[in-house]
Order: sequence, then structure tokens, then C-alpha cells
Amino acid sequence: MSNTQQMVKELVDKHGNDRTNLMAILQGVIDRERSLNDEAITEIAREMDLSAAQVYGTASFYTFLDTQPRGEYVIRVCRTITCDMKGKREILHMLENLLKVNVGETTPDKKFTLLETNCLGWCHKGPAMLINDKAYTELTVEKVKDIITEIKHNS
Amino acid sequence: MAEKKQLKRVDIIFTEECNFKQVLSEALQRSDDEIIQSLLDSGLRGRGGAGFPTGMKWKFTAQEEADERFIICNADEGEPGTFKDREILFKVPYKVFGGMAVGAKVIGAKEGYIYLRGEYKFLLDDLQKQLDDFHKLLDELGLDFRIHIVTGAGAYICGEESALFESMEGKRGEPRNKPPYPTINGYKGKPTVINNVETLVYALTICRLGAERFKSLGTNDSRGSKVFSISGDTPIPGIYELELGMTLENFVEEFGDGDTKSVQVGGAAGFCVPRKDFKDTIIGFEGVPTGGSMMLFNSSRSMYNVIHNYLEFFEEESCGQCTPCRVGCQQLLLGVEAVKRGDKPISYLDELLKLTETMKLTAKCGLGQSVANSFASIVDNFKEEMIY
Repeated sequence: MSNTQQMVKELVDKHGNDRTNLMAILQGVIDRERSLNDEAITEIAREMDLSAAQVYGTASFYTFLDTQPRGEYVIRVCRTITCDMKGKREILHMLENLLKVNVGETTPDKKFTLLETNCLGWCHKGPAMLINDKAYTELTVEKVKDIITEIKHNS
Repeated sequence: MAEKKQLKRVDIIFTEECNFKQVLSEALQRSDDEIIQSLLDSGLRGRGGAGFPTGMKWKFTAQEEADERFIICNADEGEPGTFKDREILFKVPYKVFGGMAVGAKVIGAKEGYIYLRGEYKFLLDDLQKQLDDFHKLLDELGLDFRIHIVTGAGAYICGEESALFESMEGKRGEPRNKPPYPTINGYKGKPTVINNVETLVYALTICRLGAERFKSLGTNDSRGSKVFSISGDTPIPGIYELELGMTLENFVEEFGDGDTKSVQVGGAAGFCVPRKDFKDTIIGFEGVPTGGSMMLFNSSRSMYNVIHNYLEFFEEESCGQCTPCRVGCQQLLLGVEAVKRGDKPISYLDELLKLTETMKLTAKCGLGQSVANSFASIVDNFKEEMIY
């Protein structure tokens, strides 16, 4: 049994194979792998008695259920209006410089993926971003430097 | 100069319930009809933005013949400029659970769900802990009801109730045709009450304080108070509970930075009100309604950038199911860009306004229908900014 098969089986055993649990199972894979590859999708389909198209159809609808390969840390910078007004562009430029990637790309060491996202619900404390599930608010370029340095340092 | 009128601050939502067990126990001892009647009397309308009377929703669902019913808390707060539900779930989650439990008793639901947006997943561990405690309390009080938390995954449209059910059923979050409404055909095709986070807290509060107290706040059409999410060009951004029915002029006096050009009421799906209309605009169901989002723009802001940002948002968040919304959002975005570049004449904006009218009539759900609100209110009031 491959690692992916093992992981999917564990998740389906934990949540149950009814379709109402599909989101939780897809999110479970994202929590561990940061993205859903073809093997994970076909394996989920098999375990849940769905077609791969049904599973892929659901997964591809949701921004956070990435079907493209992603880094260990997925950074999503809020691009919606108030964060945009409060200096999102500088934050994004700083991240592009620090990570040496453009928005939408993953660093060669597969550590970071830099993305933009829609309103994160921190409009009163913009600019804001998520790194995986964690929210960072009232960002400044200095703060961003510290955050990235700390992650690099700790891993 | 007229004296500055201080807006009435209200402190209902975030006050700690010192004896929550007693509050809940007393609410649960009241008859179902009595609870529904007091919600109807209070005039409480949904706090997510659409404003459907909460008492009616509960009543209709309770009346349906069914072997199973559900109550769902819509915590998929995604409207740009809205962040009050996060604060409620962070500070007083037990009140949300309490509102759900009272609703469950009234409609006869054994299972309830909180659909938490993926962006708020960091709240999950703490919520789950508090929920475990709450379940113990329910056991003590003898109510056979359990709440489960499910999380979304970054789709704005799932805040639309029928799309939310689809998502919970493991499908693409594509809105259904309505009718049938959730009170008849909701989650798994069963009668379902789906309420906003804030609405559930008010429902519980009304059980405690009585309809009269709630009704004494606000106006005829907009009873009670409301939690506002205030952001943009303001020296004091944040979350405020205010009495409904204020004019935008009073609001701006208090929250503006002295140079407010316009206020976006109700998020990207809402209306942009220009300065000249502040005086005559009431925040509430008789004027401009809002799910809480209030974004202030001062004269340094380009309203072209604002509408461009909204259109990028809608273009990406449109579920793509119906053509008016999928193609309409794309064409609006391309259209304003073309006018700005000078590739299209000014009169092209009128064509785009017609397109939003068509979307309003033909789009399947509120997303496509409401693009017209912000588009028309910005393009009509700030035409020169669209061009130069």
C-alpha cells in the first residue's frame, strides 16, 4: 500500500465514506500534503465509491483545495479592497523578493508557495495574509521579513 | 453648525452571560410557539444581509412534515469588509451554540452544523473545545442535540445558503434554484433553518430579554441593534454594535476621517453611497441594508480602482454555473478596463450598465444579481473617475 493509499484510507476510516464527508477528507489531504494529486483523487474516489470525476469536480471548485503542487507553506495574501488600500502591493513585492518567486509560483526547494486570495475577513487590520491556516495581520514589510526568516529558521 | 450626534452604542452581543446555564435552561423551558411568537414580535431579521424574518424561518421549518430537520449556522462570512462573525465566534461562541440549541428545540432538530469559512480555520480547535463543554451542558439540561463544525475551503459563493448545503453534501458549491426554500428543502433535502452567526445570538438574547426590549431599539423596518464591521479610511476601524436606523451622515461624522468621499454599505455586493447622499441614506432595511460591512473611502481613493477590485473579486468568485454571471462578470471587468484605456467610448459604460440590469434579472443567485448594486452606484456617481 502506497503512502497516499494509506493516508486516504485513514481519513476515510476517520470521517466515514458518505459523500457528506468528502470535504473533510479532501481537507485532510490538504492539511498533510498541501495539494491533491491524481493518486489521492482516484484513491478517495475508490474508497468512497464515487467517480474520480465527482471527486475532482468538487476539489477543483474550491480555492483552498489545490490540485496543483504546492509548497510546505502556502502563503495567501489578501488582495481585496481594504487590504489593497492599506498597502498589499508592498507586502507582495517584499514576499516576491524574499522568496524569489512570482505570485502563483513555488520556491525550488518546495518550501513556499506565494498566492493571492480574496477577502480574509481582516479588513480592519489589513494588510493581511494566511500562511497555511494561520492569519497574520497589520503587516508591514519588516514584519513580513521577520515572519519568513522565522519560518526558514525553524524548519 | 449642528451639534454632533453620538451614535447609540449597544452592548448585547458581546456581553458575557454570567449565568449562561440558567439563560439556556429558561429558554428551553418555554414552549415552541411562545419562542416563535417572541421572535416574530421582536422584528428580528436575518443579520447576514438578506434580512428574512427569523421567526418566520423557524416557524416554516417547524411546520414541515419530515423525519429529520437541521439547523445550520452560516459562518461562511466572505463578503468583503465583513469580519464581525469571526469576532462573535472568537469571543462568545457559547451564545451561538445556545441560539442553535433553542432553534433545534423549536424545529425539532437533533443535529446542527456550523459551516465555518476555511479562512477562519484557526478558530477551529478552540471552538471545538468550547463545543465539547456545551454538549455536556446540553446533556445536563436533557436536550438531545449535537452540533458539528464543518469548514469551507475558500469559496465566497458558499455563503449563499443553497450553495452551502451543496458544499456540505460534498459537491461543488453551486447554488440551487429557489424555490424550494431551505425551510422545505435544505441540507440533504430536509427542512432546514439556516441562520447567520449574529442572528442566532440575537435569537437567544430575545428569549432572555423579551421581544419588547429588542424592539425598543431601531426603527419600524429595522428593529434592534446590529454588529458592524467598519474598515477603510477611518481612524477607528473595528467591530461596533450600533442601533439600526442611523443616517449615513451621522455614521460618517463618527467614523469618517473628515474627508470621506463615499461609503460602501453591505460589501462588494452592496451599494456605494456618495457624499451628497449621506444625509438622506438610512442604514437599515428601509434604506440601504448591510450584513455589517461598512467601508469608507476618502478623496485620495480612485473609485475606478475600487470597482475594478470588486469586479476581479466577482469574476473569480462567480461559480460559473449560469451564463449571465460567469460571462457578465468577465465582460464588466474587461469593459471598465477598455473604457479606462480609451479603447471604448464613454457611452460604453451605458452598455455595461444594461448588462448589469440583465444580470439582475437573469442570474441564478444573489451573487450575479447583486453585481449591479455596486457597479451602478459607482459608475453613476463617479463617472469621471471611470474615464480619467
